[in-house]
Amino acid sequence: MQYLQVLANGIVLGALYACLAVGFSLVWGVLNVINMLHGSFIILGGYLTFFAWQNFGIHPLLALPFVAAILYGIGYVTQLLVINRVVSQPVLTTLTLTFGLDLILYNYMTVFYTATPRRVTLDLGHVELGGIFMPVDRLFGMVLALALTGMLYVLLRGSRIGRAIVAVRMDGAAAALMGIRINRIYAITFGIGALMAGAAGAIFSMVFPITSNLTGDFLGKAFVVCVIGGLGSVPGALVGGLALGIIESFAGQFFGPQHALTVGFLLMLVLLVVKPTGLTGIKGYE
Amino acid sequence: MTPTTRYLIFALWVIVLASTPLWAGNYFVRMAITIAMFSALTLSWNLIGGFTGYPSLSTAAFFGLGCYVGALSQRAGVPMILAWVAATVFVAVLAAVFGAIILRLRGHYFAIGSIGLVEVLRLVTSSWGSLTGGGDGLNVPLVQGGPNVVAQTFLAAMVTIMVIVFVVTVLVDRGRLGFGLRCIQQNEDAADMVGVDTTRYKVIAYTLSAMFCGTVGAAYASWTGYIDPTDTFSILMTIKVPVMCLLGGAGTVLGPVVGTGVYMILEEILWANFLDYNRAILGAVTVLLILFLPGGLLRISYKTVLAQLAARFNRLGAAA
Amino acid sequence: MSDKILELDQVSKNFGGNHAVSAVSFALKEGEIVGLIGPNGAGKTTLVNVITGVQRASAGRIHFDGLDVTDQRPFQAARRGLARTFQIVQPFPAMTVLENVAAGALFGGAQASRAEATAAARTHLEFVGLAAFADRPASALTLSGRKRLELAKSLAMKPKLLMLDEVNAGLNTSEIDGALTLIRKIADRGVTILVIEHLMKVVMSLAQRLLVLHHGQLIADGVPREIVDDPRVIEAYLGGKFAKRVKEMQHG
Repeated sequence: MQYLQVLANGIVLGALYACLAVGFSLVWGVLNVINMLHGSFIILGGYLTFFAWQNFGIHPLLALPFVAAILYGIGYVTQLLVINRVVSQPVLTTLTLTFGLDLILYNYMTVFYTATPRRVTLDLGHVELGGIFMPVDRLFGMVLALALTGMLYVLLRGSRIGRAIVAVRMDGAAAALMGIRINRIYAITFGIGALMAGAAGAIFSMVFPITSNLTGDFLGKAFVVCVIGGLGSVPGALVGGLALGIIESFAGQFFGPQHALTVGFLLMLVLLVVKPTGLTGIKGYE
Repeated sequence: MTPTTRYLIFALWVIVLASTPLWAGNYFVRMAITIAMFSALTLSWNLIGGFTGYPSLSTAAFFGLGCYVGALSQRAGVPMILAWVAATVFVAVLAAVFGAIILRLRGHYFAIGSIGLVEVLRLVTSSWGSLTGGGDGLNVPLVQGGPNVVAQTFLAAMVTIMVIVFVVTVLVDRGRLGFGLRCIQQNEDAADMVGVDTTRYKVIAYTLSAMFCGTVGAAYASWTGYIDPTDTFSILMTIKVPVMCLLGGAGTVLGPVVGTGVYMILEEILWANFLDYNRAILGAVTVLLILFLPGGLLRISYKTVLAQLAARFNRLGAAA
Repeated sequence: MSDKILELDQVSKNFGGNHAVSAVSFALKEGEIVGLIGPNGAGKTTLVNVITGVQRASAGRIHFDGLDVTDQRPFQAARRGLARTFQIVQPFPAMTVLENVAAGALFGGAQASRAEATAAARTHLEFVGLAAFADRPASALTLSGRKRLELAKSLAMKPKLLMLDEVNAGLNTSEIDGALTLIRKIADRGVTILVIEHLMKVVMSLAQRLLVLHHGQLIADGVPREIVDDPRVIEAYLGGKFAKRVKEMQHG
């Protein structure tokens, strides 16, 4: 029974990880950019949700679409005006650029919002099923995270924009020849990446206390999920997220919580070398 | 710029840094130590990141490892200099093994793998409390003597390490190894085709770039007398070092030194004047660097810039 | 046996279920000029990749100069005297033309020092007629210039066997003539040459012997005149229907 509880915790955590990483994965896969801003986008989304709730009493579920829209705008503009200028250059260039942008955003958040841990407390109680204990807000977070990830999947498969993004990911030059405006698709993709980060942040703020000190941790999670699951695909992020959540949950149980992170990273390093395409085997950009 | 000019500029810079105790106070001596230390790190990174073109983000991994190997050796009674040597050797061996595995990856995957090493080592160090003291950190035996003696000792040490790495860089640059590395940087498959043993060359470059980070780390631990996992395995450092190198000009001999000097002095001024916003300003500097100075300070053709400025002034003059 | 410089014995290469090269056997004699022809997608480049160690053979053995080289890596092939040029030229773009060739001399040609390699590189550049461009960046060359550079780079590696993968693709007629003259001059030095082409007429005048690859299989091996009349070769090049029609027309 105890293992079932650990497994349930892992699945909830994993759903959140998938939602957290899917935008990062999309940007990496389509733009070939390692977005160092991703962690800060998550925290920004979380903070905005928190302040909407604390200052104006807006329910997080109501705030989420607005937060997501704001993040989309930030992402779109950042890509269009800044990152697009060097998007085709080597890894280190774009990585350094987004790291520089991250320093600015991070600094802004620590000065204006401070690094105090914050959390939206909804007090929804908990449920117990077959001996498994689960706070309702977590369950709620999981459902929301899965729903958002699923919506992104549907968007990529079904919509015109989604098809264009996938086309650019497969072959940018051919897509350009077919009349797709690459720079605009890049901006939209980066916007969606930021949107998913913001939404993930909004969900996190309902489940855990968040602080700007966590940006690096969230970014690290996104790395690990992408490598475990495989880059640039929604199913990859889902598999990677769930795998990491469950592994961390069990590693925490067996080796103590302080080792849970280490196991995740070690797994990432091993997978990188053994199977760089990730568990799903869907080939990434390179 | 001829090689002789380059060496002369470097020699002058070494004299400036090494002579700070003679003409400046503790504040500047401290800064000189830090500049020499980071110069050694950027010069090291340049061997893999600049010459070979592999976006390595593992500087902090080898620096941190050097810190801990040095500190633990010293705590076990090993004399300071020997502890530094031990750290260098240990890091070199580990880098060779890790490099042989990870250098098969290219591009983003290599970058992620190399930054992953920093994270793993930080986490392992934090949780292996019985050996490393965990999150509480470790105290390192302090060097005997007054503050001036200590400062001068570590200034001498860091400047010496910096000079050693510079000499290594020059030797690599002029030799067979450097030529092979540049071939790899330009086109790895083509390098393989003309007979460069790419795997061996990359592992050598990675090992060389790692080992002196180990030396610097051990010296840093002895200098500060206290180390902890977050301070030593720092993601900020692991990215700052390439940025400094890019600022000066990656793949050049003098670029890392110039970049480090300019960056650190700038950072110091920002720290002193805009305490709340120093990170944002560093971020802005980084962004501007990437967008407008992609080749680094040394790749600018200053003659062209001056000629353009002169032409502009002339036009203004004519208009008036 | 000793006059065979390269010998392939039942060499195959599969990608998943796709047989890019299947059970190919042939030998090259020292000093020969041989053409390897076949339609696009016949597996010519894959075969060269397998010989030079870029891709590993799925089955079969390869001997070069009396040595089993089946499992060699590309840099070893280069050092053993097995040089090749690429269909898509692969220079070191930011290096000068001279440095490009010097790289070949230093690493593949086992020159002792960079100075010696540079000196050797100059003579090779003169040979291919690029001496005037020695200090230009390689990226500034025209396509035909880059092909000459590839040739000079390969020569600098002191090859015993030189494989030229579509050296003439994208060149105009006078450039092709220049390239053919160069290839003959190289052969006169005693270098064995394998010319890979999909245009038959280019190799007809050059090669003493032709190998024809189709769907990964070696379908013909003989002197050029016989090869062009071989019905299987005609079919491979023109397609079954067309070949049948030709046959019908011949029969009246």
